Amino acid sequence: MFVFKASSMLSRSKAAARSQSIRFFAAASGNPPPAEGFMAGVATSKFIKSTKEQCLSHLELAAVRNSETVKMNYFTAVNDALATALATDEKAVIFGEDVGFGGVFRCTIGLAEKFGKDRVFNMPLTEQGIIGFGIGMAAVGHTPIAEIQFADYVFPAFDQIVNEAAKYRYRSGNEFNVGGLTIRMPCNAVGHGALYHSQSPEAYFAHTPGLKIVYPRSPIQAKGFLLAAIRDPNPVLVMEPKILYRSAVEQVPVDDYVLPLGKAEVVKEGKDLTVVGWGAQLYVLENAVQEAEKRMPGLSVEIIDLRSILPWDRETVEKSVNKTGRLLIAHEAPHTGGFGGEIAATIQERCFLKLEAPISRVCGWDTPFPLVFEKFYIPGMIRCMDEIEKVMNY
Amino acid sequence: MNRLPAFASHHLRRIALRTRSVSSSAPGSGATELGSKSVAFPGATFGSVFTEKMEFLSDYPTIPTFRVLDVEGNVIVKEQDPQLPSATLIKMYKTMVSLNQMDVILYDAQRQGRISFYMTHHGEEATLLGTAAALTKDDVFFGQYREAGFMMYRGLSIQQCMHQCYGNEKDLGKGRQMPIHYGSKALNIQTISSPLGTQIPQAAGSAYALKREGKDACVICFFGDGSASEGDFHAGLNIAATTEAPVIFFCRNNGYAISTPTHEQYRGDGIASRGHGYGIHTIRVDGNDVLAVYVATKEARRIAVEEQKPVLIEALTYRVSHHSTSDDSSAYRPKKEVADWMNQDNPINRFRKFLEGKKLWTNEQEQELRKEARSEILKAFSESEKLKKPAVSNLFTDVYDEMPWNLVEQKEKLDDLIAKYPTHFDLNSHAKE
Repeated sequence: MFVFKASSMLSRSKAAARSQSIRFFAAASGNPPPAEGFMAGVATSKFIKSTKEQCLSHLELAAVRNSETVKMNYFTAVNDALATALATDEKAVIFGEDVGFGGVFRCTIGLAEKFGKDRVFNMPLTEQGIIGFGIGMAAVGHTPIAEIQFADYVFPAFDQIVNEAAKYRYRSGNEFNVGGLTIRMPCNAVGHGALYHSQSPEAYFAHTPGLKIVYPRSPIQAKGFLLAAIRDPNPVLVMEPKILYRSAVEQVPVDDYVLPLGKAEVVKEGKDLTVVGWGAQLYVLENAVQEAEKRMPGLSVEIIDLRSILPWDRETVEKSVNKTGRLLIAHEAPHTGGFGGEIAATIQERCFLKLEAPISRVCGWDTPFPLVFEKFYIPGMIRCMDEIEKVMNY
Repeated sequence: MNRLPAFASHHLRRIALRTRSVSSSAPGSGATELGSKSVAFPGATFGSVFTEKMEFLSDYPTIPTFRVLDVEGNVIVKEQDPQLPSATLIKMYKTMVSLNQMDVILYDAQRQGRISFYMTHHGEEATLLGTAAALTKDDVFFGQYREAGFMMYRGLSIQQCMHQCYGNEKDLGKGRQMPIHYGSKALNIQTISSPLGTQIPQAAGSAYALKREGKDACVICFFGDGSASEGDFHAGLNIAATTEAPVIFFCRNNGYAISTPTHEQYRGDGIASRGHGYGIHTIRVDGNDVLAVYVATKEARRIAVEEQKPVLIEALTYRVSHHSTSDDSSAYRPKKEVADWMNQDNPINRFRKFLEGKKLWTNEQEQELRKEARSEILKAFSESEKLKKPAVSNLFTDVYDEMPWNLVEQKEKLDDLIAKYPTHFDLNSHAKE
């Protein structure tokens, strides 16, 4: 059972609960930041289900409404999903760099001991080999769950993912497929990750037919989507925002359940503006919307967690924008070529006459991800809030 | 399964590059000790001893090349003859000749514009039939692109090859890939893909799956001298070693990667020398000697399956072919060089002479076979030519297990466009939905 230690917060006059909008380290108290960072504000987010009732009342968890729940953080939920996968599928194995001892983010703690070293094992330091190996296992019907240590290091495996895994079924005329393959990777800003521990590479892979991509925002979502990904008969990339590994804590069903790939979720209903994001950005958007609704009394914003990048739930976004007439998309990945562009292009096609303002995007700037400038780089609360006001005042 | 004569396998072990097993009492018992000659660092997994002499190694022993037959088809050392049953030998030979004939006919078919592309196997037939005869249908095949002879021995019919080259409605690949990208689930032949070397770590993964199943089976993975320069080669062999995967890595070193000769591809002792670096059992063989290839592959399979570890075989051969129908190799090598190899060291001729020496083959049978093969090929040819291409809906299927909304919509868009401009689209050459 995971015990969550209360963070040491900055003691500034403005602090209170409202300053959770800005990401900051526990380092303010003098301790070094945890490797996976810390995102304030997640703990008190309305999107987090901190009671058993809140958790089990969700329609998507209807199948496990009688389950017990346990307080889990994100990495514990991932761990739970992996254990469940291995317990229910004899052909499932987990491999990657350092997964044997538990992984650099603890996602695989205890699994080698529980399931054996032939099922949970370290790989040499070679992403192209790790993914190629996984493809080979899946090609003969096994269920390989590969870990890429940081999304920033997935690129040596790009050829195997894009040219091989994604095309395996199509090019063979469905004689073969690698649907059993799942690739997990920690991604997104962490506070101090800079160029190579902060990236969001979803756009590169969204451009590849044959892949699926899912982006869970919380422990409940992580467990359900990881299990869904493992069991989906297509190769799936599971993007895990690393800053949430410790920061996101909720009551999670102990039973076995899946969530629907390809389906977005309206996490907050509203009528004036649709705001779309994924992963940790949801909490930034929650705060930005809160601020905006305070500053513009009467404003009611609808927030959608896209959850799946490929295939993406156009229907839910379209339905929302037809209602609100305005759309803002926010993602950490750089602006140009980011997945927000795909959403914007599609929605302007589908909702053109209903739009009251141009579709807006708040993204990372078109630069590599910088260290000391991180707070200026990311689409943080202030930038999102400001853009919301601009869109409303168009 | 045929067991190797004891002398043969002993001989193989002697000349194979020896790899020491990892010392189980490897460093870990403590740091460097005063007075000890042994190296305690954890990285020295084979152990090592200190030396006060500074010496850069540059002169490594060159790996010898195992052979059974000389160029005239005589068994050099009697005990090395694997004593294969006549039926097997004949099947191997017939497949070699059929392959050769199919190559000639399909090469010409490309020249006539009937198929878009083709790659021949001239000069490398022994690498394909020696391996195929030594393995079973349970052994998973991964290839590069010049291994149709292996597939044919296993049961891929000339007709099926034709269908794939024509990309017609009977192509198992549903017309999606260029010619020669064969694949067959029934025959355990993983579909060929164009990116080079990607199959190497995949082969290690499939082998690990077999290992987990405890199956009496291995994986064979073909690649060329050029592909062995790809990062995937390094990754794949290393991972096969660390996961102790039952896979045979088989390099067809035919001297060229399109126009690039081996001197511009590597500076080490071929690909075989790399096995040592990965801690893998390795052998180099005469790739034009079908019996040597057979014997080595047979033993490699035994090592892989019984000892559960990878094996590397480097088969030296010569690419008589142009790289493909898109290549004219006279642009980068003398025609005489090619002719010399074809005349002096021809795998089909060597094998035929061996068979004739054993009174298993005659000139009459040769003529008969060539006539038969040619006739079968031409029949398959005209059969494939008649068929239509797959229905257009196959453009959209199999991207995923089920079509997602975006593909459903895109297919509708295309269907509407075709209906609107029927003369612009050549629907008649495609099968009906």
